[in-house]
Amino acid sequence: MASITLTVNGSARTIDVRDPDKPLLYALRNDLNLKGAKYGCGLGQCGACTVIVDGEAVRSCTTPVSAFSGKKITTIEGLGSPEQPHKVQAAFIAEQAAQCGYCTNGMVMTSAALLDKNPKPSATQVKDALAQNLCRCGTHERIVNAVVKAGGARG
Amino acid sequence: MNSHTSRRNFLKSTGALFIAIPFASELKAEVISGKTVDAAQVDAYLALHADGTATIYSGKVDLGTGLRAAFPQIAAEELGLPINKIKLIEGDTLLTPDQGPTSGSNGIPKGGMQLRQAAATARQALIKLASEKLGRPVGELDAIDGEVRPKAGGAGVSFASLVTDKGFELKLDSKAPVRDPKTHKYVGKHVPRPDIPAKATGRHVYMHDFDVPGMMHGRTIRPAVIGAELVSVDESSVASIPGAKVVRIKNFLGVVAPDEWDAVRAAKMLKAEWKGGGLPTDSAGLRDYVKAQKVGSTEALDKAGDFATAYAAAPKKLSGEFYWPTQSHASLGPSCAVADVKDGEATIWCSSQGTHRYAKHFADMLGLPANKMRVHYLDGAGCYGMNGHEDAAADAAFMSKAIGKPVRVQWTREDEHGLDPKGPPQVITQEAALSADGKIVAWHTTMRCPKPTDKLPTIPLLSPVEADAKQVKGIATGSLSSGGKPPYDVPNLLVEVLWLEDTPLRASHLRAPGKIGNCLAVETFMDELALAAGKDPVEFRLAYLSDPRGREAVERVAKLFNWDKRVEPRRNGKGRGIGFTQYKGDETYVAIAMEVDVSADGHIKVTRVAATHDCGQIISPDGVRSQVEGCILQTIGRTLFEEVKFDRNHVTSRDWASYPILTFPDVPELKIELIDRPNEPPRGAGEAATAPVAAALANAVFDATGIRLRTVPFTAARLKSAMAETGVKFG
Repeated sequence: MASITLTVNGSARTIDVRDPDKPLLYALRNDLNLKGAKYGCGLGQCGACTVIVDGEAVRSCTTPVSAFSGKKITTIEGLGSPEQPHKVQAAFIAEQAAQCGYCTNGMVMTSAALLDKNPKPSATQVKDALAQNLCRCGTHERIVNAVVKAGGARG
Repeated sequence: MNSHTSRRNFLKSTGALFIAIPFASELKAEVISGKTVDAAQVDAYLALHADGTATIYSGKVDLGTGLRAAFPQIAAEELGLPINKIKLIEGDTLLTPDQGPTSGSNGIPKGGMQLRQAAATARQALIKLASEKLGRPVGELDAIDGEVRPKAGGAGVSFASLVTDKGFELKLDSKAPVRDPKTHKYVGKHVPRPDIPAKATGRHVYMHDFDVPGMMHGRTIRPAVIGAELVSVDESSVASIPGAKVVRIKNFLGVVAPDEWDAVRAAKMLKAEWKGGGLPTDSAGLRDYVKAQKVGSTEALDKAGDFATAYAAAPKKLSGEFYWPTQSHASLGPSCAVADVKDGEATIWCSSQGTHRYAKHFADMLGLPANKMRVHYLDGAGCYGMNGHEDAAADAAFMSKAIGKPVRVQWTREDEHGLDPKGPPQVITQEAALSADGKIVAWHTTMRCPKPTDKLPTIPLLSPVEADAKQVKGIATGSLSSGGKPPYDVPNLLVEVLWLEDTPLRASHLRAPGKIGNCLAVETFMDELALAAGKDPVEFRLAYLSDPRGREAVERVAKLFNWDKRVEPRRNGKGRGIGFTQYKGDETYVAIAMEVDVSADGHIKVTRVAATHDCGQIISPDGVRSQVEGCILQTIGRTLFEEVKFDRNHVTSRDWASYPILTFPDVPELKIELIDRPNEPPRGAGEAATAPVAAALANAVFDATGIRLRTVPFTAARLKSAMAETGVKFG
């Protein structure tokens, strides 16, 4: 069995991988007990599994874990905590921007990656950045408001 | 984070007199005794603890709807206890009262009001006990901040000193006086939802994140043709997967493995042969199929005057047929559950909206006595009636029973879109007539929909059928026939339902069952009548709407939206429409105005929505607002995009590409005005605002194009072809 070393939330973590095609999502959730990233479709269509890899929002459900050796992975747990939330997380809390919240991981991670590139996005830019992230409960307006406020631009 | 530790610490920190440890591994170690779950008893709903805190127990659960904030608000208010002293336990069948399923927007109106009466009964008892202790009449005392004190000031006595560890041992008094809304400290105020910090930081423990020691990962394997029988299984096809085991019970087929990814691989590798099965129609033929179905019975739901005579005599007649397609819950996370079945008892963790009724179902299915089954609620991905949560739980239970270990079953996206029980199709026809001077004189609504099975205890699940286990057969749909009655004064009215005896795909309640389609038919027709009468749609509605709360909702939405009067449609690609409902005929009032842009290729973009919403007394204003937002946005998506596609074998729309839902670029500007009526009973907010959405949208499209869309979804292809037929051009 091969082992792979991943850099997750700033720490080197080595895991045994029997199948190199195993998606990163399963390694994060089951091998590293980081369950913030969610299984939504396994098809890269909904965004619930999003993590940030070398600054880019990436779908962890479709990319094999073997492709992540040597890359820096940030999960939602590494972004912030209830006590010390990232500004996007703080804005989601302030705006009460979740219903069931199953999509929230993807929304937060995609938005955090957006703000790194475009620190003050407009509402339209946020909507475009989140166009491939699905929310079924209809929390979209709050999510957009939260990300715009986190960036500090006027909505 | 370790989910076990955090939950255990949470429960310990409550200092509960009745210790609650909701984990199978610890279940036998802790003897839970004395905690009544009898919904007629105060102690079923709440326990006051020696440390000044309280635990409230709710059979109704928070589905992302904000009840987790609202229930403590209600209890804190009535008890006279700071809200941060209150902990909530939801949906655990061993600890919470059976208050019925969390459905039909009844979390607050039913569950919340039972809790309010339990707390009011408790307060009355505390004041009586304190009166004896303090030697003062009850009228001079009140419960404030965890004490009973003289209203005029002076020393009080703590709640803890007044109750023993036996609790209140009192029947819930439905007449116990509740606090005057003028004095409310929590009800009607903003209380942040307690689950959002953990949800926004990835710490919230969903059903999908929950595990128990020794748990195996299970996957179910289902045939490519719905209803097919399992002929043979080649177990050797998964021999290369470490620890994989095949579970076969008649036509039920599953595979388990210690590692989740291995279970995924094994499910793909397992070779099985199936035969038979199939569906009576495909989705393209569904409308005709429904119209040709034998009508089991016809029921007149509402009657006034004499429709037939008035219609026959009227000079101006209109008619139309509307179609609402089969739709999926399309939950963002495919269903998941954990079951531990061994030694003649079982524990199931499930995101069910009805843990109590499914506990009985699961027990029957496994051949266990009801008192050997415990079901815990854990948050799932949003479900809007009943998706695959209970199916996944039954799958897990059969596999756990077969292998003697706890099993977690995670459905795939394909499973969820393909197999979740669906909102069934509806065909609705309208006939109405105007007098020579443009007054509505006759109205007839006819609804064709499947008849729900009388007294069906639960919606039938897949695996008990496959495994030929005990289960009550039938169809459950929710009240599909509600909302066919126009909310207007009509002298000659007939509202009928033609009950059909089956429906091609397994049915269940999907948010606001039937009512969005019925409101589409009624409210589109009201617009057609307005046009025929030469009146503005808002003015025309107000002329027939006598209920003052309904009038206020319509008048305020017209103002909020800046409604401009019109009679004839603009036909310039931009349009405005309105829709109104009183949900279920006697509940929440909602009026919605909507603006759309229609492109030359038939694409509809909703640009602006205004809504007024009167659900009586508001408990959590932001919770209501959040539900109204969700109702509107989700239903715009259902109206524009959603239709389950299937061939004669199976559902073919089994991913997000083939079953599109609303996305961020589709989101309009929203303006919502909540009308709070503190002295009226609270009504539901989880569904009502869905009902007028499709109608307002259709009416706006008519204004923009002169075309009446009567078939959902309002796809670009459908509108483009209607535009080509009628020669509409703009832009």
